[in-house]
Amino acid sequence: MTDTSIDKLARATPKTVARRIKGLSDRGIAWLFVAPTIFLLLAVNIFPLIWTIRLSFTDFRVNRPNRDVEWVGLRNYERILTDPDIWATMQATAHFLFWTIVFQVLIGFFLAFLINKKFKGNDLWTTIIVFPMMLSPAVVGNFWTFLYQPQIGLFNYVVAFFTGVDPASFSMIGSVNLAPWAIVIADTWMWSPFVMLICLAGLRSIPDSIYEAAECDRASKWRQFWTITVPMVLPFLMLAVLFRGIENFKMFDLVVQLTGGGPGNTTTLTSIDLKREAFERWRTGYSSAYAVILFVTVFGLASIYVKALNKVKER
Amino acid sequence: MKTKHLTTAVLSSLIASSAATSALAEDLTLCWAAWDPANALVELSKNFEAESGHTMNFEFVPWTSFADRMLNELNSGGQLCDLMIGDSQWIGGGAENGHYVKLNDFFEANGIDMADFIPATVTGYAEWPKNTPNYYALPAFGDVVGWTYRKDWFERPELQEAFKAKYGRELGVPSSLEELKEIAQFFQGRDIDGTTVYGAAIYTERGSEGITMGVTNALYNYGFMYENPDKPYDLEGYVNSDGAVAALEFYKDLYDTATPPGSSNWYMGENIDAYKSGQVALQMNFAFIWPGVEADPNVGGGKSGYFPNPAGPAGQFAQLGGQGISVVAYSDKQDAALEYIQWFAQPEIQAKWWELGGYSALRAVVEDPGFAQSQPYAQTFLDSMAIVKDFWAEPAYADLLLAMQERVHNYVVAGDGTAKEALDGLVRDWTEVFEDEGKI
Repeated sequence: MTDTSIDKLARATPKTVARRIKGLSDRGIAWLFVAPTIFLLLAVNIFPLIWTIRLSFTDFRVNRPNRDVEWVGLRNYERILTDPDIWATMQATAHFLFWTIVFQVLIGFFLAFLINKKFKGNDLWTTIIVFPMMLSPAVVGNFWTFLYQPQIGLFNYVVAFFTGVDPASFSMIGSVNLAPWAIVIADTWMWSPFVMLICLAGLRSIPDSIYEAAECDRASKWRQFWTITVPMVLPFLMLAVLFRGIENFKMFDLVVQLTGGGPGNTTTLTSIDLKREAFERWRTGYSSAYAVILFVTVFGLASIYVKALNKVKER
Repeated sequence: MKTKHLTTAVLSSLIASSAATSALAEDLTLCWAAWDPANALVELSKNFEAESGHTMNFEFVPWTSFADRMLNELNSGGQLCDLMIGDSQWIGGGAENGHYVKLNDFFEANGIDMADFIPATVTGYAEWPKNTPNYYALPAFGDVVGWTYRKDWFERPELQEAFKAKYGRELGVPSSLEELKEIAQFFQGRDIDGTTVYGAAIYTERGSEGITMGVTNALYNYGFMYENPDKPYDLEGYVNSDGAVAALEFYKDLYDTATPPGSSNWYMGENIDAYKSGQVALQMNFAFIWPGVEADPNVGGGKSGYFPNPAGPAGQFAQLGGQGISVVAYSDKQDAALEYIQWFAQPEIQAKWWELGGYSALRAVVEDPGFAQSQPYAQTFLDSMAIVKDFWAEPAYADLLLAMQERVHNYVVAGDGTAKEALDGLVRDWTEVFEDEGKI
């Protein structure tokens, strides 16, 4: 009879440890192994969440350690939900979220479709295209502030070249009307390659035999695209939308570097506003309520979306 | 035998003295903003290291994140900083929340007299409550908003002629804010040596304190007051007075008609860049930049001039900048930190501080007969320091500042509503803050 690795491990276990484990059931041993992870999860996720919810019902301010903390009930929630400035911030976030996802899905899918074709230099082009997403968002933000400079920025010169307008006559990040689009463009430039990679994985997972069968049935390319490619890539695309949606909901660094939330509040997204409340105004209780509202919103929307995603996958 | 005893005694005393020195030598960390004066302070502090045996470490943070980073440090009771050169507006919070060590006894014991410093810097950087002899800092760096202009452009005959033809007066240092606006508008979009240049670089930054530090230079001079002088925290009619409304409209007009396109989020760094690169004829900025301007190959060496913030209909004032140096209450090296302050307060060290590019607040330095001629900008610095006003230094200053940043930026840059609506909104915001603070 040969020794298995488990036998070897059992023999190598010190006798004192073996004696202690001997009295434990399988369930006990399982708990022993899972307990550190559960403890860590409770310590870094669940406890802070419960603490934040508790703080959200108080007027606690972390920069006033000597002040008494008062229980204010739902006042923080009421103030947030009736504050027009916060609704304006929500609108700015919704605008950013919607348009970045639309553009990134369209551009990402289009790029994936092109890259999926077999041609010379395919790998090189893939590397070049994914380059923006390898950069730090703060660097991208800074980089685009230069591109958008009315006097020296390349972006303004490109627009001027195609439209004939004076490049110094408009400011992408200084104009109330253009700034929301300026952040959409920069984010789309950075993250469309990510959507492209996910779509590419979807496209490459479609077996050639399906297309061959469609060819035999004399289905046109157009019909193949709508009846084979799109439905089979859809779960991947939905996953990309989920990732980008969650990421862009908490977008901070790129926009702070690019516009600082301005002009006015036109590009102040919820994460920027929340950071100001928590770490500049130091309204800890208020900002905890704000964080809870955002958490519930994202969690709720993501749950509904994941259910829809599962239904699509089941089809 | 005698020699053996002597050797042992000498060795013992050497070991004992080296042990005593190493017990006293501390590693001190000084926290400040990352800017030119900080480099000068590193140079200056080498003298302290040599004299005291302590080692100085420095934690410098860029201005735009300085308050975030350092107030976080103080609020969390962090021990990173033994010495803090904190912004003037932090003094209330530093004192009331116990972040800074009260220095009265130390000053008294070491003969440091606050009467030896420029009065505005003592009130602005060291006292809390204001105008009471309770000191939490030593004035470390005097600073004030002033103006820099392209003297070489102003002296060009063709520009002087064109300006006189348009405005009926000489092109020179403006005597009022209205004149300043006209000069900036005159340069806006003008072709100079084949390059399109613009009028003035002014503070418009949204994220930290930029636009507030800029717009107050107009507000003060048109009659804005933070509160009723006879009734603290009474804001209505003072913050949103007719003069204040006119001042805000002036600042917006200046922004709309005489600043470079895209300057919607500019503060110290952007203004310096625009000026040094020859984009603008004038720049609003704190005085700390002047040594750098003088040394610059493009705009220094006599090409630039300096003048204090011009007067408005209600007087002539300028926004105070600058900082005091405090000992952090959470430091366990407070004795060594106090030693640094004692060393820094010496007149010869303060004189050296000015030589290196640091703006000393010691009267013995600035009132020296040779001071005004010591640098081309020295007289402007003195004139500007005589007209300073500062923002709120209340413990709730961050709330007050953010409210003002938002209201003013929304009106001036984003064009949202009217000046009156912006200031009425500011009164509401500030009243709410003071109510939350239990002040009213």
